[in-house]
Amino acid sequence: MEVAYLIETVIKIVVVLLVFSMLAGIGTYFERKILAFMQRRLGPMNVGPYGLLQFGADAIKLFTKEDIIPSNVVAPIFKIAPVITAATAFLAAAAIPFLPSFTIFGYEVHPIIADINIGILYILGMMGVGLYGPLLGGMASANKFALLSAARGAAVFISYEVVTGLSILAPIMMVGSLSLIDFNEYQSGGFTDWIVWSQPVAFILFWIAAFAETGRTPFHLIANDHEIVDGFGTEYSGMRWGLFFIGEYANMFFISFVIPLLFLGGYGDGSFLGALGLLGKMAFFFFFFLWTRAAWPDVRPDQLMWLCWKVLMPIAVLNILITAIVLM
Amino acid sequence: MMKNEQFNNRDVSNEYFMVDIQDYPTEPWDKFKRTLKRTFRIELFVGLWVVMREMIRFDIHTVSYPEEKMPIGPRYRAVHEMKRLWESDAERCIGCGLCEKICISNCIRMETKVDENSRKEVSEYTINLGRCIFCGYCAEVCPELAITHGGEYENASEQREHFVDYAAMLTPLDKMKAGAQQEFEGFGAITPHEDESVKKTPLSY
Repeated sequence: MEVAYLIETVIKIVVVLLVFSMLAGIGTYFERKILAFMQRRLGPMNVGPYGLLQFGADAIKLFTKEDIIPSNVVAPIFKIAPVITAATAFLAAAAIPFLPSFTIFGYEVHPIIADINIGILYILGMMGVGLYGPLLGGMASANKFALLSAARGAAVFISYEVVTGLSILAPIMMVGSLSLIDFNEYQSGGFTDWIVWSQPVAFILFWIAAFAETGRTPFHLIANDHEIVDGFGTEYSGMRWGLFFIGEYANMFFISFVIPLLFLGGYGDGSFLGALGLLGKMAFFFFFFLWTRAAWPDVRPDQLMWLCWKVLMPIAVLNILITAIVLM
Repeated sequence: MMKNEQFNNRDVSNEYFMVDIQDYPTEPWDKFKRTLKRTFRIELFVGLWVVMREMIRFDIHTVSYPEEKMPIGPRYRAVHEMKRLWESDAERCIGCGLCEKICISNCIRMETKVDENSRKEVSEYTINLGRCIFCGYCAEVCPELAITHGGEYENASEQREHFVDYAAMLTPLDKMKAGAQQEFEGFGAITPHEDESVKKTPLSY
């Protein structure tokens, strides 16, 4: 039993790592294609049919590129920063049930690496630690734009993290557990049982905070496009720079799993249809990240802080209060 | 038959309008009201709809360049060409020297002599493309429509002088035999279908 469990866990870890590293690569392809279509362009077309192998070409380029450590940077921190981003993104995946449990060769597989009883707390915490990547990378770099970007990143971080935590508190009070499996069981009754119907405000707040969490476009402040420099990534090259990207896209995929699991019924009753439903919902939320990037401008850091502290946080607190009164 | 309306009604000012920009609110209550208005007017979703509409419409404007090319206008001034006479396939150039004279960057040189038939013959003709600014005066001044500009813009060389020489500028004889020499429509020529893309100029202010 113990050996079987160990083997199962190792296999699951390897599968999740491989699948989501791959998905992060393909995610860049989807992003470029969808942005292109929304802007009447074609996107990558030349590598493979319809440019499908473009991310392979990008991967070869990133892996074979020279790994430059500029002479004025704080080398140990500079080197470890991208690893933090990528590693924490994948660490967060440990508590996410990607599919309902299924039986293969008479052996029941739970597609979650560790169903720990503090699942959501762990996921949010890991994603929060992920910010140390850009923060340390920017601060270890030897130019002011990277430093400014790191400072902006920290400002964004302390703003949205409050909203994320408070918005999720009300559903947690209803379910009475932090495990995503328990969240799923709570909503397994079907469409009408989804938490989004009883907690629409928390859903919207969490969704907004997810954009800040993953650093996507309305709140894409760590890499500042109008400075024309890539923020914290200015001095990075090759695969270290690529690790930041893998972390960002893996984060997008994981948060796209977490939102439906929390609010939209997850994989439902655990049937095949339910599993497909979860993947479909995940695909929609991932698509929405790309969609907003094509449509919306970025806000300023002070606007984001205004939004988080003066608007979203009071709403979240009120939401908790009302939920508590109703539950009582 | 073109309608007179196009010429008579040059005033398109009804399509231009002043944007109504309100003053920034100063009172806290006004600021609050503005925030509420902006929040619940759901303009963000209008933006989402616009890009989604373009994606569904799938009206791609990309020209995938090496395979397909944009048509260039007949006035385009690329590397020069020397034309031949349709009747005799002989060179049109009569060695008058006007292009050499008018060239403002002094890049055209020619040598002429009188041949055995007592006709003027061009013995040397060079254009230093490294100096040429492609102003088009040579083609404009040429009385025989001999030196013209071509439409070939895909030149590659270590230096511009090597783009083309006299032999390459001259229309090849086999092309003449096939009757495929392209006349230079030249100055004032209008791009085909240009009137479809031209909008009326707002003349009345």
